[in-house]
Amino acid sequence: MTPLLDVQHLTVTFERQGSQTTAVDDLNLTIEAGETLGLVGESGSGKSVTALTILRLLQPPGRVVGGRILFEGRDLLSLSEAEMRPVRGGRISLIFQEPMTALNPTMRVGDQIAEALTAHGVGRDTANQRTTELLEAVRIPDAARRGRDYPHQLSGGMRQRVMIAIALACRPPLVIADEPTTSLDVTIQAQILEMLSELKERFNLALLLITHDFGVVAEMADRVAVMRGGQLVEQGPVRRILREPSHDYTRHLLNAVPGMGPS
Amino acid sequence: MPLLEVHHLVKHFSRGGGLFAPPPTVVRAVDDVSFAVDEGDMFGLVGESGSGKSTTGRCILRLIEPDSGEVLFRGENVLQYSRSRMRLTRRDMQIVFQDPYSSLNPRMRASDIVEEPLVIHRLGNASERHARVRELFDLVGLDSSHLGRYPSEFSGGQRQRIGIARALALNPALVVADEPVSALDVSIQAQVIELLLELRSRLRLTYLFIAHDLRLVEHVCSRVAVMYLGKIVEMGETEALFKSPTHPYTRALLSAVPRLDPDAPRTRVEFDSSSFRREIPMREIGRSHWAAV
Repeated sequence: MTPLLDVQHLTVTFERQGSQTTAVDDLNLTIEAGETLGLVGESGSGKSVTALTILRLLQPPGRVVGGRILFEGRDLLSLSEAEMRPVRGGRISLIFQEPMTALNPTMRVGDQIAEALTAHGVGRDTANQRTTELLEAVRIPDAARRGRDYPHQLSGGMRQRVMIAIALACRPPLVIADEPTTSLDVTIQAQILEMLSELKERFNLALLLITHDFGVVAEMADRVAVMRGGQLVEQGPVRRILREPSHDYTRHLLNAVPGMGPS
Repeated sequence: MPLLEVHHLVKHFSRGGGLFAPPPTVVRAVDDVSFAVDEGDMFGLVGESGSGKSTTGRCILRLIEPDSGEVLFRGENVLQYSRSRMRLTRRDMQIVFQDPYSSLNPRMRASDIVEEPLVIHRLGNASERHARVRELFDLVGLDSSHLGRYPSEFSGGQRQRIGIARALALNPALVVADEPVSALDVSIQAQVIELLLELRSRLRLTYLFIAHDLRLVEHVCSRVAVMYLGKIVEMGETEALFKSPTHPYTRALLSAVPRLDPDAPRTRVEFDSSSFRREIPMREIGRSHWAAV
């Protein structure tokens, strides 16, 4: 079976003041339909750049210098902007870390969800109706009324639920979540992760979950890929990686989790 | 005798109000909080955002003036100290802030940042102070050839070391560490925690360690208090509290922490905030273990 997403030899560089930094270095990753891949690494490991590159949102001075990103039989890197547009949000969507900066502060949250639908050709009335369903799906109480709120009227957890509703609006087969719960309190994080697992089952989503937290990975992922300095350190089933990491760096990261270390 | 004792500490903030606005709402940021920290201890104050843990830390140093209560440091109530007496006492009580990016002045060199407390407290002449700054750089594991650099030239972990060096400049007995590692990568966190523990034994420091990361607190603190909406709901020796959490909020909080074992049974407990009664007093429920139940 061909994987849903197949990243092959992806290399991304950043050029600043004449010097070149390789942010992603010959990266190979695959995600099967319906699977959750946890992409783990520390700051500067290239995990977020990878996410942006998959969606072709990489901004200069970042530049893809090699590789292919195969998704549903096409190389995303070879698509034109016009061909890419229906892919973003329609086939692959992105959940950002900080819902406050990712949402439009001047627009009602319901309208922002509806916009994700109308941008992909859904009619206005259907979009409004689906918006309420989506708000219910992400378990926002009193959905119809909450849809008329502005982002600042919602708590951090509620905002992240709105972000997830937007990401799921078009039922894309692949969702990329970049540290979706990092800015949230642990009890809210648990609620969001639980909901995300449920929606994943219900909509048969594949999830690329970018995180620095091995605990989140253990709760959510089927497989894990560990990155450092733009390179893939290792990739494998979650139990194997957590119990018998084959690479020193993975062991080092696991030992740094409080309570896991040899001390 | 404990080094620090907090009795019935209260700080309320009022929000809103004004000439044409509806009457202000009162936020009970710190609502009758009491605990004691023994000398040489690392006491964990944990809670989620809005629990009042940081406000408590700041009230103890009088960076925020509390409304009422007592803060006994070496047996004396510092809330009754005059401004000048308090300033003198702050040599003994210092704070390390969460964000190593915003808590260091970007226009000052690292050496000046670490020296500043010595200048403010008029300690030593210039050459003595410079020697002390070098010593502090050494102590926190910074390279003294980087003394002349600006904060932006250091990594997050190194900046937090600068913040620690600044806090230690005056040889304090108590350090309030307000989320000192939560802005750092996990492997850097481990190094900074290692440093804090090492400094504790070398300099006989006492820490009030404010954190939201329960795994971290379980690992490093000997005693813990759990805060919720301005109240301590449970307190005790770390092992006892983590082994048999009693307050429903503590249970919910502990059950929400992701486990590193994918096969561990998930038994998440939800806490219904409408069931929270702030008037329930703390009572002893086991050896060195109290809960408001």
